[in-house]
Amino acid sequence: MLLIYCPYCEEERSELEFRQAGDAHIARPTNMTEMTDEEFEAFFFLRDNVKGLTFERWRHLNGCGRFFNAARDTVSDKFLTTYKAGLPKPDLSTLRPATEATVETYEATESDAK
Amino acid sequence: MADLANRTLPLSGFHGGSGAASLSVAAPATRISLRAKPDAVSALSGALGLSLPTKPKTSASANGRHALWLGPDEWLVIDENEADLMAAVALSGVLHSATDISHRNTAILVKGRGADVAVNGGCPQDLSLTAFPVGACSRTVLAKAEIVLLRTAEDAFRVECWRSFAPYVSALLNEAAEDAGN
Repeated sequence: MLLIYCPYCEEERSELEFRQAGDAHIARPTNMTEMTDEEFEAFFFLRDNVKGLTFERWRHLNGCGRFFNAARDTVSDKFLTTYKAGLPKPDLSTLRPATEATVETYEATESDAK
Repeated sequence: MADLANRTLPLSGFHGGSGAASLSVAAPATRISLRAKPDAVSALSGALGLSLPTKPKTSASANGRHALWLGPDEWLVIDENEADLMAAVALSGVLHSATDISHRNTAILVKGRGADVAVNGGCPQDLSLTAFPVGACSRTVLAKAEIVLLRTAEDAFRVECWRSFAPYVSALLNEAAEDAGN
């Protein structure tokens, strides 16, 4: 079972208590009435869906109920850090490096499509 | 004689469990869901007669009244003597949000040497005495249902759940209590 550190409860809890809530650090535009449809689409719908390190919002739904942010590696499913909502992105150099080298992905081990 | 509405209790008369973990339904209590900013905590504490806990997973109890930390600005207050909690917090004079949830919740009492094993049958939290000491509380899950767990003694828990989930929670705890031993 995956354990996730909740920065508000200050301890690790089971993943069963949490819900993912999309990308973090998306600035809400202040001029929404003046935006073009394309600009609104980019803000509202378009996400990067990166492979590797990503910043996400998570909610401790069946716990303290708080939203917080997490840096997570989408390949290894490992949480590098979690931090309270509203705080800036943590310095990437202080986080543990992404563990691509140690994770055996399908592409690396089975597939020819490298 | 006038027709009076009779109160129907969820799990009325429910008893179950095993020798290791007995289950019983808690007596009716008044409950409020209380939300407030940090600057209102001391006034609300005075109005309720117990200090609202501000540390995660802690609770305060006095004279059958319990205040459980659920989140940084959220508490569940339970009064087993059915005192009017809404009136009490209304006298605090500070900005807060209180909702009467006395009838939304019901509680099952789990007691016995296997009480932690029975609760762990559906709850993923570490219920050892070091991680979850007496007085510790948490909103968490029991299998598919949300519960609020309060450790009232080393071998006793109060499991608060929504009344519509009470048949599910009680049946699941009953199964887990039987697995906890005789």
